[in-house]
Formats: sequence, structure tokens, C-alpha cells
Amino acid sequence: MMDRRSFLKTATLGTAAACVSTVAEARPNLEPSPEAVGMLYDSTLCVGCKACVSACKETNSMDPVIHGGNFQYDSAMDLSSDTLNVIKVYSNGTAEVKDSETDGFAFEKRSCMHCVDPGCVSVCPVTAMRKDPLTGIVTHHADACIGCRTCMGGCPYNVPQFEYDEAFGRIQKCQMCNQEGVERISKGGMTACAEVCPTGATLFGPRTQLLEEAKRRMTLKEGDTYNYPRGDISKPDSYHEKDLEANYHNHVWGEKEAGGTNVMHISAIPFDKLGMPPLEDRSYASMSETLQHTLYKGMALPAVALAGLTYMVKRNKDKDGEE
Amino acid sequence: MSQAKPLGGTIFTPFFIAMMVVFAIGMYFLGVRFMNGIGAVANINGGYPWGIWVVYDVVIGTALACGGYALAITIYLFNKGQYHPLMRAALLASLLGYALGGVGAFIDMGRYWQFYHLMMPKHMNFNSVMLEVGLCVATYILVLIIEFAPAFLERIGAKGLLKALDKVLFLFIAIGILLPTMHQSSLGSFLVAMGYKISPLWQSLYMQPVLALLTALCMGFSIVIFEASMSKAAFDLDDETHLLSKIGKIIVGLLTAYLVVRFGEIIVHGKFGLIFTSGKNSVLFILETALFVIPLVILTSEKKRNNPSTLLWAAVSMLFAGSLYRFNAFLLTYNPGPGYSYFPSVGEIMVTLGIIAFEVMTYIVLVKTLPVLHKPKHA
Repeated sequence: MMDRRSFLKTATLGTAAACVSTVAEARPNLEPSPEAVGMLYDSTLCVGCKACVSACKETNSMDPVIHGGNFQYDSAMDLSSDTLNVIKVYSNGTAEVKDSETDGFAFEKRSCMHCVDPGCVSVCPVTAMRKDPLTGIVTHHADACIGCRTCMGGCPYNVPQFEYDEAFGRIQKCQMCNQEGVERISKGGMTACAEVCPTGATLFGPRTQLLEEAKRRMTLKEGDTYNYPRGDISKPDSYHEKDLEANYHNHVWGEKEAGGTNVMHISAIPFDKLGMPPLEDRSYASMSETLQHTLYKGMALPAVALAGLTYMVKRNKDKDGEE
Repeated sequence: MSQAKPLGGTIFTPFFIAMMVVFAIGMYFLGVRFMNGIGAVANINGGYPWGIWVVYDVVIGTALACGGYALAITIYLFNKGQYHPLMRAALLASLLGYALGGVGAFIDMGRYWQFYHLMMPKHMNFNSVMLEVGLCVATYILVLIIEFAPAFLERIGAKGLLKALDKVLFLFIAIGILLPTMHQSSLGSFLVAMGYKISPLWQSLYMQPVLALLTALCMGFSIVIFEASMSKAAFDLDDETHLLSKIGKIIVGLLTAYLVVRFGEIIVHGKFGLIFTSGKNSVLFILETALFVIPLVILTSEKKRNNPSTLLWAAVSMLFAGSLYRFNAFLLTYNPGPGYSYFPSVGEIMVTLGIIAFEVMTYIVLVKTLPVLHKPKHA
């Protein structure tokens, strides 16, 4: 028979200790860096030309994805190890009206959101995913990566993609055109996708300015005329005037979702329709780290456990006199 | 000195040769994986980065290898020396299960040639559950080798070494209890960072490590019952039912605790209704729960617990329950969003079966050549 009383006592004490420290040590979401750079994607401005897809491939030296006989356009359907940025289409019913939820269509961009509190960085065992403390750009470092692909599971947007078809593959993701050898941002430039966007649907710039711009657009009404900047919001190349054809859906995606993102989206239709994941404000990284650091802070709990275990095993083994 | 003896006998039985064939097929697909990439064999994709090589070989495989861990707790923490006759076989199965879990993880690693980065402080990320699991499992494999070493040392007659090892063995036994407690709970913590991709019926912010650990312990005790019953049938050994039925009683306690935490978590977070309204996931949840409840019902009855056949059925149901719990959480109800699906390919399944075949073959060879099992007295 097991000594139930002592087992229960230990178990209760252990659980109580774990609960108390959990409350005390909760790790909050990380905060956006004041100097973070990002992008604002305005779905209502996007015309689906995919110039950004092609510019992205050029910058990252990736081949176009071809489906069937269509060689005119890159026909990538989703992110892959050959596609770090893609334009997807929402369509409903007759799909006649742009930016209408019913009987309409809308475009949506998929690329790394450069999370403020990135899951990929939190879960990577070998620090191959890194977030620049100043710019907030999340980069991947294949020279450190072991290919466990935990980052893929830990990314709410399924952004990191592994080269499954290579014998010696690697993870690929958008690094905001700032990876070694490209470094467009460090050199004072902007992302390739924002640079080539003819309508300013993809706008580059400091996160704070982009967020202000997004909120300004939220106040506009259908029929209003607005002067939209192109390129880098802090020094736009040019502007174009456009009448609003649909009201914005009052939601800046990335202001708060899972701790917020440096790449933000606005649109005329709700984001769940555009395939955005069901996220709440708290980041999964903060929850996972709270749990891990509660259990393993300074390795105190394991050390105490080991001391107790060693004592008990020694005592019982000596008494036993066997094996 | 233990009373275990090598069983002797022919190694190349028809069953063993069949295992070799399965192993060879698995090796062929493994060769393709290393020549042409993971995608040439496995169906994992951008939305499902982990397939059966992680979920079966590592997550379930190591839980099934918790026999040594579960028995060490019973023998050395609760001072139940009478379980000693079961210990070596359990340790061997644990060693094989964990070692092949390590092999599975390596095969699945996309950049395996850099695996040692896990052990280099400059690369380590202490926020990562994967780091904890990787290091902890690697260390535990070494500890299991040391714990099992006496069987080998007895065989070669290294009496001096055996004595020296026995003096420090208590420390390794203690570490061998701590490490699985850590990484088996962490295998549950993996799920937290995957957030919404884990179905609400399997997601929990703080209870994941507890649920994973309790089920791993139940599976550990059940595999001891399973292995002892199988070995008895295969090698005509003494009946150990009197010991095994007591293990059954331990499972009742652990299983009750598990079900209380599992359903407590679901009820407290207002998810009870989801049990009936989640379509495919509801079916999986109810099936999984039934597999957990069957051993509880069987093992609560003293009569059924003392019957070798019902006891074995309870253990088997428990092993399926713990495995399905892990399959459900990590794969079957895992949902990365629209556009992605996963079902293992033939090659992927063959690699996993090949690994299992290798495990079975090694177990057979070692119990026939090393003092692991207790031979019947009448033989």
C-alpha cells in the first residue's frame, strides 16, 4: 500500500506553492518599442496587383510559384518557403462590390506581422528567432536553427515556413527587408513591398505614426475624400486623393492582438472574414513564459525537489539493501 | 545482486525476422528523408509543422516509456521494495523508449546537423519549453543508461565496478525521478504557446503540466503491467499478478486525480457545453474519456484487479487513453486555420513502425542475453 497521507501532503503543498508563485510572477505582455518600425496595410486601397509579391521575391531571391499555364503572374496561394508575402482574396456571393462583406470581395495581405511579443522568439530553444530591441523587427538566423519547427506552431499567423523539399532546408520568413545582406531599413530605406505599392495600401514607417494614421482613417465616412500617402509615412514620396467607397471596419488589427504587432491591418470588413486568427489581447508567449518561469525560476523548485528525492531514495535504498 | 537471469534461447524467431523486415522498410524511407528532405517522405506542412514523428515518437513514445520512472517512485519514494523484480525490465523499456524518442526527434529535426546548439549556452533560450524538454530528455537518457548498467556489469562479471556504481546509484535514481517529472510535464506546457490552435477542450493555461504528468504516470504504471503480462506470455515467466494488481490500485488514485483536474478545468472555464457541441472534437473527447474511465472502473473492483486478463485490459485501455489524449491535443483537434490539413503518409508511418520494430528487437535481444527478467523457478 502507498503511504497516501504523505503523498497527499506533498502533492498539496507542491500545488499550493506553485499556485502562489504563479500569481506573484505573471509575466505581462512585452510593450512596443517606442522606435519600432512597421507597416500599415489598408485593404480598401489594395487593388490586388501583387507588385509587392513580386518585389518581395526579387529582394529575397525567391522563385515565383506557378500553377497551371499562368506564367503572367506569380500564383502563390499562401505563404511558403518560396513566398514570404502574398495577397489573398476574400469573396462572397456574386463578388461584385469591392470591400463589401456580402456579394463583395476584398484583398488581404499575409506576411510576418512582426509581433510586439513574438511567439516564435519565445519558443525557439536556440535563439534562432530574434527581435531587434529598437526596431522590433523579428529576424531568423539559420546558422543557429536546429529545425525543430516549434516557431511554426508558436506563430499565431503560421508565418515561419520550412523548406521541406530540401535535404538541408531552412526556415524562411519576412524579415522586413533587414536581414544580413539586404538591410534596407538599417540603410534608411523602406521595405520592398511598401516601396512598389502603387496605392499606398502597404505603407512603411514608425509604428506610432502608422497607428495614428490608422486611427485617423477610422474616423472617415463613406464619400469622404482623403489624401493617402505612399511609401514611407515619415517621408512620403507622393500622395493620391481618393473618395471612400466603404466605411472602415472600426478595428486596427495589430494594435492589441496578442500583445500587438508592428505590421497592422485595416479593412472595410471584419478580420475573421479575412482569415485572421481568433486572438485575445494577452500574448501566448507571456502565458507560456509565466508558466515556465514559475516552475523553473532559478531552478529553485527542481533543486529542492532533487534534495528531497536524494534523501528519500538514499534512505529507502539503504533500508532495502538491494540494487 | 539481483535474481534476474538472461533468458537465453534463439534470437531469430519468425517474429523477430518479421520485425527486421518492418525495420528495413522504415530505414528505406528514412534514407529518402535524408537524401531528399522531410517533405519527400512526410506530409507535414506549413500549418502542421509536427506530425507523427514528433507526436508519436517523442510525445507519446516517451510517455509510454515512463515505466522506469513510475516504478522508481513506488520503490524508492514509497519504499515498496517488493516491486524490485519488475524494475529492470521497466528500466530497459524506458531506456529504449526514450533513446528512440531521441532518435525520432533527431530524424524530425530539419537542421539535425546543428542539434548540439541545444547544449551550447550561447544559443540557449531559457524561455523555451523546447529547450527544457530537449536538455532534460537528453540527460535522462544518460541517467537511464547508468541505471540499467548493473544488468550489463553483472553479465560481464565486473564486480568491482558494480559495487562502486551501487554506492552512487541513489543519486542517479533521484535524478531519474526528477527529470521525467520535469520534461513529462513540459511536454504538456508545449501546448500553451500554440494558443488557439489547440482546441479549447484540450487547451489550458496552467493545468497543462499537471495533466501531462498525471497521464504520463498512469501510462508508466500501465506499461509495467502490460510488459510484465506480455513477457510472462512470451517467455513463460512466473506470475506477477499479486504485484501488478497493487500497481492497478495506484493507477486508480492517479486516474481519479487526473479526471478531477481535467473536468474541473473544463467546468471552471465554462467549457462543459463544448463536450457536446464540438462535432468531430466531441466524438474524440468522449472516446478519450471513455478510454480513461474503463481502467478506472475495472481497477476499482478488487476482483477484476486480481484477474490477470481484466487487469491487462485495464492497462491497455489506459495506454490508449493517454496516447489518444496526446494525439487529440497535438494533432487530431489541432487547427492552424483554414487551408491546412494533415494525415501521415505511408512512408512517415513506416519510419515510425521501423523505430518501434527496432525497439522490440533490441528488447528481445537484451532480455535473452542480459539479466533483466526473473526466470520461472520450475525451469
